[in-house]
Amino acid sequence: MIAILSSILSVVLALVLAPLLLGVVNRTKAIYAGRKGQPLLQLYYDLYRLLRKGAVYSRTTSWIFRAGPIVGLAATALAIPLIPFGGGRGLFSFAGDFFFAVYLLGVVRFLWVIAALDTGSSFEGMGGSREVAFSALAEPALLLALTAVAWMTRSLSLSDMVGRLSWTLGPGVAPIAMVGCTLFVVFLAENARIPVDDPNTHLELTMIHEVMVLDHSGPDFAMIQYTAALKFWLLGAILIGVLLPFETLPTTVRWPVALGGMFTLAILVGIVESTMARLRLLKVPQLLGGACALAIFALILVVR
Amino acid sequence: MTRILNGVRFPQTGIDKLSPESFRQRIVQTCRKGGRIVSLFVTATEEGPLEIAVLSTTGGELEALSTILSKSNPSLTSECPQAHLFEREIAEESGLEFLEHPGLKPVRFLKEPIGQTRYYTVEGEGIHEVAVGPVHAGIIEPGHFRFQCEGEQVLHLEISLGYQHRGVEPALVGGPNPRTLHLMETLAGDTTIGHAWAYCLAVEALSGGSVPARAQTLRGVALELERLANHTGDLGALAGDVGFLPTMSYCGRIRGDYLNMTALLCGNRFGRGMLCPGGVGFDMDASRVEELRRRLTQAAADTASAVNLLWGSNSVMSRFEQTGIVSTQTAMDLGLVGVAARACGLERDIRFEFPWGPYRFAQIPVMTMETGDVFARAQVRWLEIQQSIDFIQAELTALPGGEIRSPQRPIQPNAAVVTMVEGWRGEIAHVAMTDGSGRFARYKIVDPSFHNWTGLSMAMRNQPISDFPLCNKSFNLSYCGHDL
Repeated sequence: MIAILSSILSVVLALVLAPLLLGVVNRTKAIYAGRKGQPLLQLYYDLYRLLRKGAVYSRTTSWIFRAGPIVGLAATALAIPLIPFGGGRGLFSFAGDFFFAVYLLGVVRFLWVIAALDTGSSFEGMGGSREVAFSALAEPALLLALTAVAWMTRSLSLSDMVGRLSWTLGPGVAPIAMVGCTLFVVFLAENARIPVDDPNTHLELTMIHEVMVLDHSGPDFAMIQYTAALKFWLLGAILIGVLLPFETLPTTVRWPVALGGMFTLAILVGIVESTMARLRLLKVPQLLGGACALAIFALILVVR
Repeated sequence: MTRILNGVRFPQTGIDKLSPESFRQRIVQTCRKGGRIVSLFVTATEEGPLEIAVLSTTGGELEALSTILSKSNPSLTSECPQAHLFEREIAEESGLEFLEHPGLKPVRFLKEPIGQTRYYTVEGEGIHEVAVGPVHAGIIEPGHFRFQCEGEQVLHLEISLGYQHRGVEPALVGGPNPRTLHLMETLAGDTTIGHAWAYCLAVEALSGGSVPARAQTLRGVALELERLANHTGDLGALAGDVGFLPTMSYCGRIRGDYLNMTALLCGNRFGRGMLCPGGVGFDMDASRVEELRRRLTQAAADTASAVNLLWGSNSVMSRFEQTGIVSTQTAMDLGLVGVAARACGLERDIRFEFPWGPYRFAQIPVMTMETGDVFARAQVRWLEIQQSIDFIQAELTALPGGEIRSPQRPIQPNAAVVTMVEGWRGEIAHVAMTDGSGRFARYKIVDPSFHNWTGLSMAMRNQPISDFPLCNKSFNLSYCGHDL
């Protein structure tokens, strides 16, 4: 009973706290730049504001354009209960659900890309082409990393994979560290953060994620923003679940450690964005290819 | 050829009148040897449209020559690419034809609906066109950019401007009047001191007035402060375009510090009202000089620490280096000026080539780089920042006493003058010609942006389109300075 309640709580926390993480990223960047920065809750205000607005639809768009944000949000929300948090289990789990989760994210991307193409704008077409090109490398990296984790935990379900690795000094640490690096790069790429994408830029020609959603407005745009926040939470929860040994911790501190881990991750993203420039677009595949290679090495280490 | 001097009056009759063929030969030969067209324009005379060229020769001299044009003329552009925009401008303004000009399109759309022209297009498998502007995502001026791309690679960029055309040059005819100085200060809002100085030089030369030494020095301080504010702002914006937050944030603030120093001079952050024909509008007492020196010392240290973060970050350097390269040959062919030219290794700096005012006595070394990429344009800015700070500190230490303004004298009739000032962007050239009663009959303005926009197009050849904002920022050209 307690296990189910804790699973429900982890879903509720994800739905409620996800936008706050982006507020923490922005606050970290502001402090680095010597600014006061926007309120921590800014994204909540934005979502509330957008939800009260009407949406504008171009006459050249079809139902696909309108379906993009809705299906995207639905698919992401469906993936959230699969992810265990704070050492517990996901609300649902089955063997092979990590493939399901990864491809739910794939569905989001597919819908967003065809919604962008639906507008017929050259910018959005460019953004869609970049998104697809980079995710063709980010997705294998994520799957390879999760496969290595699956091998280490002898399980194909996220609930038995995430939060089940323990740090014992010795040869077991290397693959965990390598998988962690891969997941962090994928986390930055999938969430459109520096060094892959720049969430703050106003320059359409350099954008990837932002340019695909230029034409969405009002509640549609709110759904996209919220989906992006949920994605940040989802991949972040997998990352800290792989890196932190929840099983070895006392039950009482597992939740605070998990939440602390999420906020530390957000601060880390803020620090990365404050201290390095964005990569040249043509160099991004090298970064993602490197992440893939690391995951392959981790897999080799655990399989041998 | 008539040899002329920067900011020295000469009679209009003194400009050599050549046959169209020898006029053309003279310009082509000068440009082939590495010279430049400073200004090329047409003025109406009784004999017909008179085309006047001001050339800067490799020998470091200024020349003026002229010829009478007929309805259709052979174009210079086919042999001298740097004439291309000048000839398009003349064709648009006067209705004359230039035969075999490769692209005689409107420059400012004086007659056609704006932005409607036949754009250069590329066709083939995988080729797509991206149109950007005239409405942009950021708060910048309007301009239209057409990219012909193959995937992410730009094959060609065509820049179509004119959205900011206000008709400044015709409005100046019949002047000077009290509005004239204001028009000059707002030609390009970020180059207030540069354009106002070029105008003041012209009026002072035409009237034979002198400028007190104290005013000369204060003008120099104001011009270098303008350079400091803009160069610092540009370095910050370059950092912002690659997503490097620290330098972006710090430089944004430090730019404000430099603008506030200009406000300390004259009460306006952009230097409006600082210059007036005959001198300057505001004097500085000893305590303000001290305050300015103190603030400048502080800002110099702040700028150094903010900008050095750029050179120390590998992620930034990998974005700047080898991006948007303009070869030295292209820079010479196009007649680039200012920072863009110096970044290609060309020693083009009016403060050095044709020094005027305080620069005759206090030389500033010309800062050049060889690589012609975004890094070179950024580095030249940083080198110039340091030189300008040293210049201002030295000038303020030895600020001459005396008056700040000389009385105005009437302007001479039928005279002409060419004035050139090295604004922060590059060479500003004004040509003033008076009528029989000492009023402006023709006032020709060439902003450095007019020379350099084509350089940006060339820098984008075979570059990834995602690097366009970075390349654009590294030139940071003026739309309204071009559109006039």
